[in-house]
Amino acid sequence: MTDTLTSTPNDASRSDLVERPEQLPIRGTVIRAGSFSVRLDTRAVWVCCVLGALTVVIGLWSISVGDFPIPISEVVATLLGNPTDDSEFIVGTLRLPRVLVGAGVGAAFGMSGAIFQSLVRNPLGSPDIIGFTAGASLGAVTTIVVLDASAFGVSVGAVLGGLISALAVYLLAWKRGVQAYRLVLVGIGAGFAISAAIDYMITRAEIYDVQRATVWLTGSLNGRSWDDVRIVFLALLVLGPLAILMQRNLDRLDLGDDTAAGLGVDVGRAKLSLVLVGVLLAALGVAAAGPIAFVAFVAGPIARRLVSSPRACIVPAAFVGALVTVVADLAARRVLAPTELPVGIMTALIGAPYLLWLLSRQARTGLL
Amino acid sequence: MRTSVLTDQRPHSDSVTDPGPGVTDDTDDGRVEWTTSSRPSAARRSMGIVLLAAAVGLAVLLSLAVGAKSMPWSTVVDAVMSYDSTNTDHLIVRELRLPRTVLGLLVGAALGAAGALMQGVTRNPLADPGLLGVNAGAAFAVVLAIWGFGITSVSGMVWFAFVGAGIASVAVYVLGSAGRGNATPVRLALAGAALAALLFALTRAVTLLDQATLDQFRFWAVGSLGGRGTDVAGQVVVFIAIGLVLAIGVARHLNALALGEETATALGTKIAATRTVSVIAITLLCGSAVAAAGPIGFVGLVVPHAVRAWFGPDQRWLLPASALAGAAFLLYCDTLGRVLARPGEVQVGIMTAAIGGPVFIVLVRRTRMAQL
Repeated sequence: MTDTLTSTPNDASRSDLVERPEQLPIRGTVIRAGSFSVRLDTRAVWVCCVLGALTVVIGLWSISVGDFPIPISEVVATLLGNPTDDSEFIVGTLRLPRVLVGAGVGAAFGMSGAIFQSLVRNPLGSPDIIGFTAGASLGAVTTIVVLDASAFGVSVGAVLGGLISALAVYLLAWKRGVQAYRLVLVGIGAGFAISAAIDYMITRAEIYDVQRATVWLTGSLNGRSWDDVRIVFLALLVLGPLAILMQRNLDRLDLGDDTAAGLGVDVGRAKLSLVLVGVLLAALGVAAAGPIAFVAFVAGPIARRLVSSPRACIVPAAFVGALVTVVADLAARRVLAPTELPVGIMTALIGAPYLLWLLSRQARTGLL
Repeated sequence: MRTSVLTDQRPHSDSVTDPGPGVTDDTDDGRVEWTTSSRPSAARRSMGIVLLAAAVGLAVLLSLAVGAKSMPWSTVVDAVMSYDSTNTDHLIVRELRLPRTVLGLLVGAALGAAGALMQGVTRNPLADPGLLGVNAGAAFAVVLAIWGFGITSVSGMVWFAFVGAGIASVAVYVLGSAGRGNATPVRLALAGAALAALLFALTRAVTLLDQATLDQFRFWAVGSLGGRGTDVAGQVVVFIAIGLVLAIGVARHLNALALGEETATALGTKIAATRTVSVIAITLLCGSAVAAAGPIGFVGLVVPHAVRAWFGPDQRWLLPASALAGAAFLLYCDTLGRVLARPGEVQVGIMTAAIGGPVFIVLVRRTRMAQL
């Protein structure tokens, strides 16, 4: 219950404003090479390793169970290149892409969530709550329904939709500066309008497109192909390192715009590039697997807690997001077997109670 | 720096100079009383009611006359006045469009009044049965009824919808007002969004489990007035009527409550009783509306705000006017939805969300939201 970031529990959520860097214990090892130096948080590294290992284990488990169970040893053998007749198709074509897309999308959502929550300085500022993923979905549905686009076209549509909705929400929330709660509420309102537009697109569409669009809109990992794997891992390979490079600016912005500018950050440019990377990560995640609810929202705070750091934990959030998505997908497949639920329902069942809990906690600390 | 302007209903010292005692007065909860000078005259209000009634009349005519099959006005009038059961056009008007119009009137009136009542009792300008998860609660209960008990008639569903709406409205208020201070608009809106997301996910899970439920639920879930059959309106009209009567009955006490709890008690209003009756009325109105037409959002948000601009904050005028305006608004949305996607139609729930989302943003952007 007590926030690990804080000195006094009562002041929990304000701590990142009040605390100054010199009051924080400096942890981890500093790696220096000439004029280059970087601090490596040992605890964060450990957390990432454990989360990564867990994701791999759950992923293997997820590949082995199903209507046609395959022993884990056989799964490992198949992955290492010694497939049996059955396992090659089931593992290689059906279940492996599904797990990979799940982990990749979860990582993308997790990073995007961590970036936005830190920029907005509020856990409610994650892209799935403030309407960005809805915008990306609208873009993707439009390309499916109107242009009958390929997987690549759908990604482009999702990215454009995400960027436009982010811009619109930001501008609509602007009023002598952007306040966190106005941004969140404007985002919720925009989300409703965008969902209505999506529903309208679907009523106008051909039945074949409707099927393709609706399966995808529920945030499902069912029937993911290697195309989707490519989209999401390409996104991670390009945008992930960018996000990690921007961590430094993000930490400085967390001290307040004026302090950040004093520390040599070009505030406008830094914010813009962070928003761009965050929106792109969320949009490409949406393009690959649809809007999986609440992953971006829960990953950042969980990562912060695990790492026990006041900073935005972009990399640990990616690992948390991957683990959450893979576990949720396994649960969605197995809880009510043989019926498969879309993973988005499972994540909403986890995320919505967490949101309620967060609200009551913020209310108790008098923040809301 | 991090407190929202939204949560602060006090006039800001930089924007409003102190008007002195007797003109406006900060009550105990930081709300500002309206001044007598801003109260619209009785003539203006009566005129407003007449205009609204005319708007409802026009909406009914349009709803009867506009649709996938276009027909001359004279045919429409004939179909209502001198019905000929062998005439196809007459059949369309009498069997399809008339029940739909009646249902739209009832559901719109229920949602408009429920929205005004919710905004009054929570003193929260962002209150709406859809936004605060009440409709989602009723919808989940109805799906459970279809799935678990095999109930197919609206008269059976409506009881489940009441239970769902009642539990959800109490839950969201408790969740939103837990902790320090009163339930602020932001807290309630967020608690409602979270509750709605949770209930929606549960609803989806049930419908995916059971193909038969999904089939029944598919069109109902979007919020639609079409294809409901002729008897649906008859099955909910009594409940909506009771809800409206209760709502108008507590209007006077809601006016007192708007002055702050202590002032209201001093004026002889029983606060707990007022809230209980209001919740019962909201439950009846929302439950009936959801059971009959599915969850339709934003009518309860948009309508009372528009009505308040003309009628002022007096609940005794606001509630009936919101009921009338809600009926007209829903019928216009439904008719527009039929025109936009000919020969198919856009469900009315989609139309109201498309209009309501932007209105919600405008409300959020206002620094000082409308005084209730």
